[in-house]
Amino acid sequence: MYVYSEFDNAFLAERNAQFRAQVERRVSGALTEDEFKPLRLMNGVYLQLHAYMLRVAIPYGTLNSAQMRKLAELADRWDKGYGHFTTRQNIQYNWPKLTDIPDMLDSLAEVGLHAIQTSGNTIRNVTADHFAGAAADEIADPRPVAELIRQWSTDHPEFQFLGRKFKIGVTGSANDRAVIKAHDIGLRILERDGETGFQVVIGGGLGRTPMIGKVLRDFLPRADLLPYLEAALSVYNLLGRRDNKYKARIKITVHEHGIDAIRDRVETLFERLRTTFVGLDQARLDDIEAAFAPPALRGASVAAFETACKTDPVFRSWADTNLAEHRDPDHAIVSISLKAHGATPGDASSEQMRVMADLAERFGYNELRISHEQNVILPHVHKSDLPALHAALKAAGLATANIGLISDIIACPGMDYCALATARSIPIAQEIATRFDELKIENDIGPLKIKISGCINACGHHHVGHIGILGLDRAGVENYQITLGGDATQDAVIGERAGPGFSADEIVPAIERLVQAYLDLRTEPAETFLQTYRRTGLAPFKSALYPEARAHAA
Amino acid sequence: MTTIVTDAGFAADDWNRGYAKPNAAANDALALHLEPDTDPDQVPLSPGLEMIRVNFPSFSDGRGFSIARQLRLRGFAGRLRACGHVLADQYAMARRSGFDEVEIDDDLAARQPEDQWLARANWRDHDYQSRLRG
Ligand code: SF4
Repeated sequence: MYVYSEFDNAFLAERNAQFRAQVERRVSGALTEDEFKPLRLMNGVYLQLHAYMLRVAIPYGTLNSAQMRKLAELADRWDKGYGHFTTRQNIQYNWPKLTDIPDMLDSLAEVGLHAIQTSGNTIRNVTADHFAGAAADEIADPRPVAELIRQWSTDHPEFQFLGRKFKIGVTGSANDRAVIKAHDIGLRILERDGETGFQVVIGGGLGRTPMIGKVLRDFLPRADLLPYLEAALSVYNLLGRRDNKYKARIKITVHEHGIDAIRDRVETLFERLRTTFVGLDQARLDDIEAAFAPPALRGASVAAFETACKTDPVFRSWADTNLAEHRDPDHAIVSISLKAHGATPGDASSEQMRVMADLAERFGYNELRISHEQNVILPHVHKSDLPALHAALKAAGLATANIGLISDIIACPGMDYCALATARSIPIAQEIATRFDELKIENDIGPLKIKISGCINACGHHHVGHIGILGLDRAGVENYQITLGGDATQDAVIGERAGPGFSADEIVPAIERLVQAYLDLRTEPAETFLQTYRRTGLAPFKSALYPEARAHAA
Repeated sequence: MTTIVTDAGFAADDWNRGYAKPNAAANDALALHLEPDTDPDQVPLSPGLEMIRVNFPSFSDGRGFSIARQLRLRGFAGRLRACGHVLADQYAMARRSGFDEVEIDDDLAARQPEDQWLARANWRDHDYQSRLRG
């Protein structure tokens, strides 16, 4: 894993000192609230419904045990003993005091963590595949490139006051787990004729105008990455709309000007910018890559794992859902679900964070990952350690066996915390999870992704959920709209709106009718919800959702 | 009255030869004044051009930084000034983007006095960009 260099540490110290002074200048009046706002935002500080919120970056989703323990310490010392992992590989603390935040940032810096550019109209913290460096299907580890982009975008003088926020995601696998097509720029590492490069996708995004990204460059040689990104950002900075906040994202710029016109501008500027990079960036990338060298995986018999699978049904069912294929057949990628039935999706207590840090140290080569699906990953665990790991997780309430199932719900904070929310999302997620747990049909239903947003900004990615739920406000009453058939993978699709929304009381029964319809419609248990939906289309699901309409038509 | 900020701190404005708009008639202008919606590619860079001033109507409008950068990329080596609502906190960004100086009004100079700008005169330090490019 990349460890912060002297330069990185000095930068962080300086930056934190600047922020401390900015807080003081805000208090003294040298900075107006208007002027302070973008400065606090670019340091991760939001003003929420009840309090300030600090959003800390988990760089490209990667943490070591010491860093995870630090997150727990922050939760205990300055917050209410827990943190919330978000869909952008961040952790949010919902209750800090503004005047404590400089101390929190200094404390984070001790382990190379920070909150820089986790909000504001700037290049946000870069996200990556949460199985990076471990997945069997990976062409290259995306994290070195993500770290290079972090260094390039951090405090980039041109791009701290963009028209709107700008998100970059990277994947090193053809199976996209980083939702790169819903990013302002998505990068997919690929190989062509023995050369490594990127497919560059631009203008994706969810929010009130959801769009799937378009290909800007089919193949960009690896060495050209930074000048190309810089050209794209510079074009956006000057061309993006500033008259209307809701039309300011690059997806609108691309939509209004057309991908070809954008490409022409980017390519022209790229040719000019290319000469300003003379290889220092590539030398740095080589160093970063060396730092991300995979751990020396140990060899041992996996008999203990095979025995546990045969003898312990609880272990077996956890192994079936929560393990993913590692590039080494004797190892597994373990997902720790932060979606216990009835709990707040993505929340972890400081105690749980410490347990996970300890387990990563004991069984996981000291590495952890945070997924955009709001779960924690131990990317490298030898299979013989899995029974002991499972037992320890169970003791800490962290062994929920539901990864990829109906209760593994993405939900944004919604009305419980977020100042922009139009409805609650956490309680809806809790009720759905609890209901299907009672019905005991979760495993029978199989892979099904429900994603819930508490307003049109779509932080809960509802557009790309197999079932998406959007909470709106209709004359002071919560109203939940359903979209169906969305897909967040390499085949990204925006879901279709099913029809009129449901009240908070009606939404869980409506989801139940949808799922029942799927169980009736599928040709065999192996046909997933999404496959069935693609085969049958919206109609049969719609009539399950709105039985009255069907009765009227009859 | 306006104040000019450089790495040395506050000074009075020493430019008194005015500014032209960047239209066709500005081909032999001595100095140009640009608004942030200017396409930097269309700005006439004649050999006699000594000074370009880029307006920041609001500190939250960061287009001027890209304009400065692209003018430098096109080879403009004269004096480059940011003016308007630029914060002390943005001084390092302005310098790193290619500006030589910042012009602010008296109100802003009173609210954000010289020491707050001088605190960012070390803009060459702690700069990721300089480690990544030649
Ligand atoms: S989707 Fe809306 S309610 Fe949910 S976190 Fe985002 S802004 Fe807040």
